[in-house]
Amino acid sequence: MSFRNLLLIAYLDLRESIRANWFIVYSLVFGGLIALFFIAGITESQVMGFSGLSRLLLMYIQVTIVILPIFILITTVRSISGDRDSHILEYMLSFPISLKEYYWGKVFGRFITVFLPVFMAMFFAILYGMYKGAEVPLNLFFLYTGLLFSMSSAFLGIAFFISSIVKSSEMALGISFFVWIFLLAFIDIALISLMMQQRFNAELIITIAMLNPMEIFRVAAISLFDPELTVMGPVAFYILDIISQEFFVFISMVYPLTLGILFAFLGFKIFEKKDLV
Amino acid sequence: MIEVNNLSKKFGTHLSLDSVNIAFKLNDSVALMGANGAGKTTLIRSILGYYHPSSGHVKVNGLDPIKERTEVLKHVSFVPQLPPPIKLSVKELISYVCKSSGVDEKSIYHYANAMKFDIKINLGKSFFKLSGGMKQKLLIAISFAKESEIVIYDEPTANLDPKAREDFYALIQESKKEKLSLFVTHRIEEVQEIVNRQVYMDLGKVVSDEKVDPYATH
Repeated sequence: MSFRNLLLIAYLDLRESIRANWFIVYSLVFGGLIALFFIAGITESQVMGFSGLSRLLLMYIQVTIVILPIFILITTVRSISGDRDSHILEYMLSFPISLKEYYWGKVFGRFITVFLPVFMAMFFAILYGMYKGAEVPLNLFFLYTGLLFSMSSAFLGIAFFISSIVKSSEMALGISFFVWIFLLAFIDIALISLMMQQRFNAELIITIAMLNPMEIFRVAAISLFDPELTVMGPVAFYILDIISQEFFVFISMVYPLTLGILFAFLGFKIFEKKDLV
Repeated sequence: MIEVNNLSKKFGTHLSLDSVNIAFKLNDSVALMGANGAGKTTLIRSILGYYHPSSGHVKVNGLDPIKERTEVLKHVSFVPQLPPPIKLSVKELISYVCKSSGVDEKSIYHYANAMKFDIKINLGKSFFKLSGGMKQKLLIAISFAKESEIVIYDEPTANLDPKAREDFYALIQESKKEKLSLFVTHRIEEVQEIVNRQVYMDLGKVVSDEKVDPYATH
């Protein structure tokens, strides 16, 4: 595999994405959110003991949990399937580029595209906060960046996996929407309404919930602000009795990252084995 | 150069290629013809390594185009029937071709000029925003600049006006390099003067394969 070709594909994908309308909307949403938070005076307010930039980051987390996965899924899922649909793949792969270089180049380029606006919005919020003389929660910023990086990887990997298995981009969009809504709500509904009603073992229910990358991100993000997880009630005991808060945050970064790499790798294996056009 | 042995390709229950056996050699200039659905494009795509055969195999210069795709594609130029809506700018597309295939950028400019396509004023434009004819001219220029031993043209003149078609066929005839050329076409009269072999396909099979004299019509 030529690293030069991989970077070439990543660079071209990045250039193409930056010009796309979806990227402008995507960047405006995250940048606009931060701006909105400042305008709305969230940094001046205090809720459940959180104030200033910590409060802003907490709000940012709540919003990114919902919108980041669906943004990543719908923008990435058409990466391979869309190129296949429109015969772009047929032409671009008529040059001596290996499938590895093409696929992983796309993954790399797309990761930068989806992660950078989210990170930069947060980064500028911190800079603006510093300028305004607010207390800067740098440890929270770095840990939260790690969590965002990890969750972005998970959904990017899932999106590339979907993109590789389906033939059309419409189908890819449909599946990605289902995955998002399933992880966001259905899995909770299933756990709460069915398993709890049936008196399933609590550890089993919590383990299944924690296998959801969105859920583990949510709990880990809360634990950054509330290490005892008091806002979660008794569920906190099940988690913190087994592992420490530090180790839980570590797992919350490693697990989604591993999941993303695994899905991306499975996607590549399918991409390699299937007809290209 | 290209050997196709007992190649079959099924899509679901539809048999697109049915035990095709054919070989193409250096200096063959082939018109590959047949009705829609005859299997021409499937054969071309199998040669390019896009399709995994249901049975049989394809060898290009003795290599498997799926397992050794980069080695095979170093020696192949391809122009599709319809230029795809590539989102890259013309400059980025040229950069992709030059960096991935070691093509000389000046050579692309040279052939684009020969096709009456001004690259310089279109460099910053998105490829997909060019007109159909302009896109096709650029892809043709790229295919010539690559100087491959095997060139595959799938209805290359479909989007071209009569003058551009003439330019294209003039370039083919001027080309001195020894190579194998495959033209997928419905219009034999257009390629009659440049092909020395006519292959007809129907229902996934090669039904006729004849040597012809390209100068017979003169």
